[in-house]
Amino acid sequence: MTQVHEYDVVVMGAGGAGLRAAIEAHNAGAKVAVVCKSLLGKAHTVMAEGGIAAAMGNLYPDDNWKVHFRDTMRGGKMLNHYRMAELHAKEAPDRVRELEEWGALFDRTKDGLISQRDFGGHRYARLAHVGDRTGLELIRTLQQQTVKLGIDVYMEHTVTKLLTAPDGSVNGAFGYRRVDGEFVAWQAPSVVLASGGVGKAYIVTSNSWEYTGDGHSLALSVGGSLVNMEFLQFHPTGMVWPISVKGILVTESVRGDGGVLLNSEGRRFMYDYIPDFFKKETSESEAEGDRWYEDKKNNRRPAELLPRDEVARAINAEVKAGRGSPHGGVFLDIANRRSEEFIKKRLPSMYHQFMELAGVDITKEPMEVGPTCHYVMGGVEVDPDSQAAVVEGLYAAGEVSGGMHGSNRLGGNSLSDLLVFGKRAGEHAAARAASAQRTALTSDQIAAAEADALAPFEKGGENPYTVWHELQGAMQELVGIIRNGEEVKQALGTIERLKTKRLTAEGGRAFNPGWHLALDMRNMLRVSECIAKAALEREESRGGHTRDEFPAADPTWGQTNLICTLNDDNSITLTRKPLPQMPDDLKQVIEEGAHS
Amino acid sequence: MSGGHGPAKSGTRTYTKKMRVWRGDASGGAIQDFEVEVNPGEVVLDIIHRLQATQAGDLAVRWNCKAGKCGSCSAEINGKPRLMCLTRMGDYAEDEMVTVTPMRTFPVIRDLVTDVSFNYEKAASIPHFAPKAREKDGTYRMQQIDVERSQEFRKCIECFLCNNVCHVIRDHEDNKQHFAGPRFLMRIAELDMHPLDTANRKDFAKEEFGLGYCNITKCCTEVCPEGIHITDNALIPLKERVVDKKYDPLTWLGSKIGRRPSEGEERDR
Repeated sequence: MTQVHEYDVVVMGAGGAGLRAAIEAHNAGAKVAVVCKSLLGKAHTVMAEGGIAAAMGNLYPDDNWKVHFRDTMRGGKMLNHYRMAELHAKEAPDRVRELEEWGALFDRTKDGLISQRDFGGHRYARLAHVGDRTGLELIRTLQQQTVKLGIDVYMEHTVTKLLTAPDGSVNGAFGYRRVDGEFVAWQAPSVVLASGGVGKAYIVTSNSWEYTGDGHSLALSVGGSLVNMEFLQFHPTGMVWPISVKGILVTESVRGDGGVLLNSEGRRFMYDYIPDFFKKETSESEAEGDRWYEDKKNNRRPAELLPRDEVARAINAEVKAGRGSPHGGVFLDIANRRSEEFIKKRLPSMYHQFMELAGVDITKEPMEVGPTCHYVMGGVEVDPDSQAAVVEGLYAAGEVSGGMHGSNRLGGNSLSDLLVFGKRAGEHAAARAASAQRTALTSDQIAAAEADALAPFEKGGENPYTVWHELQGAMQELVGIIRNGEEVKQALGTIERLKTKRLTAEGGRAFNPGWHLALDMRNMLRVSECIAKAALEREESRGGHTRDEFPAADPTWGQTNLICTLNDDNSITLTRKPLPQMPDDLKQVIEEGAHS
Repeated sequence: MSGGHGPAKSGTRTYTKKMRVWRGDASGGAIQDFEVEVNPGEVVLDIIHRLQATQAGDLAVRWNCKAGKCGSCSAEINGKPRLMCLTRMGDYAEDEMVTVTPMRTFPVIRDLVTDVSFNYEKAASIPHFAPKAREKDGTYRMQQIDVERSQEFRKCIECFLCNNVCHVIRDHEDNKQHFAGPRFLMRIAELDMHPLDTANRKDFAKEEFGLGYCNITKCCTEVCPEGIHITDNALIPLKERVVDKKYDPLTWLGSKIGRRPSEGEERDR
């Protein structure tokens, strides 16, 4: 028996974007439900370390939205949706400040204002932060505000299906309660996807079990579209040893606070990898880079603080050239650069993480790090102002949406993205709910969703864990940082084969991870197909997509978005679509910056 | 650093280990024996995942970040409350039995998963953060030294190991109604020390959350994976403040006429 609840707005996901959307929709008068796979306060946002990028100008009065906008566009190699980058840069400061009214306690400047730290690709120290646990502060603040407002939260519930009315608009969502496996349906004229990313399709990833591409896949299933799924961010610094922690994030703040990358010869190799595109804003020598931490006016930033795609490729190249560390990474050294007291004060979580998990004291010895699958730039295609998908009643915010970050996201721009576009999605979802025609869920809709969710209990299928590990192996080996056409085709062959397999879960419906995985696999396979097909199609290298055979960026591709849609036979179709054109005033902002 | 374990003692080779995991639900259950591969550097959570993938596909466990940042994978390992993601197999001898059981203070749902709704209910009942108005220039100005006290408590990852270990509720089910556990008394201390907060929760701490039940045995501090000084920095100062507030007429008068004694004065008295 499926329980049915009625709401105005249903938000899928309780990370930064989901909770911010829920708060906004509630404040607009909507009756809101948040549905999340984990307990409240455990969403992947909690893993964010460095900070929230916002041009508040607390330390550098010269900073403003225009500089942030330009940094973001250039970091994304100009493939960002200009309007999202503009709104993001303009609204981020207010989104940070209002967190203080909800109880957040950021680190302070000497004047008592919110402190801001340096990060890759950002011209000024811009990240509001709390030590290196900013994501925890963000999630706890939003969690406590959600509780204060009395918003209904369905913890440990997984959405397996979006439901649509005969006119094609969304009219609800269906899912199961993890604790007992009972079914629940939420009827609502507006659904906000805030489900995060797709990293669990890879072996080496910083992402948690929740990141199975649910929102991406569900959007496709009701006629939504995904944009630029080939762009995946491999964060340059994940742990590489011990093997069980391989992929766990090492914050970019280590470099923002003075850490450097060294190869086995002790060379600061990033100075060998400065691309022409960033030459003008990057220091020429180590000495200039070191001076920049204190004097940003007269020096340019260290090569270690190039955008993440550049650093990840450089590390990959050093390891391939045989200049890696003993466990297949490179060295990240802050011990020889900053005092023990400074490191413990600024990077307490990193100190703790390496001490507990690797037995390494980062105040005394270098860390070993290497690239880890961290973030998907691609996602649900949305209207930049309202976050509305092409399906009536469907919205997407945060990592599950696409466009904002172009081909590569700057560090710190994710937490600000969650807040800016979570708020916008909540506002517009509530506005639609206030006027939309309500269509009741039918028993046929619910019966179909129930049957679909129960399918893995039919005996005789394969072990979902085995199929999952095979998919992860293919994506890791064949659709990783450096791609070539033949390998990607091979991965697509594996995906096709795995899609035909029937999966069987052992045991019953109560808190059964095998059953949950069997259902998640459909989503992981679908998003993996999107990533691989788009990676094969885009014959150039740009941001988080590098093709061995096409090492340069191509100006035609630089004007092209790749759109994924789902066919009736569960296959993916790709369409090329022209990049939205930036208006002249914003073009001028980009050009002015180049001359200053 | 908490837990007191430094670099791995053993764990330099792959071997087969005897493990025990409690399996069952609200109606009952039992310890189940497994033999499972262990590799160098692995943590208990890795082994639980290997059991899921190879021997017990429906073994229930909560986890998220696998890096000690989310507080999901709380359990008792050889009777000691810990996070499974921060407990290295190398800390146990190869032939030492490792037994994993669910947190004891909360009702079992299935296998290693417990019903922690007690914690969410207590959290929701706390009088909410009530900030003062912004400065004229639209900012809030606070000194680093003033935010640091509450920041320590905001490091809490809500693993609920402190509440699990606290004997007031671990051994006395009836007390749950009258006592919120270290986690939420610490939350009150956090709000009480928050530079922007204007509410008074001292009576609430005593009367609704049972501050008086705490007899500062520091069990909570010992199990905290974040190394928060729960007893020394949150619970004892909160007790002092509650006593001051309730029994010292001068403090009461001071607060009414707008002069708040400084921290030092309050403590020294």
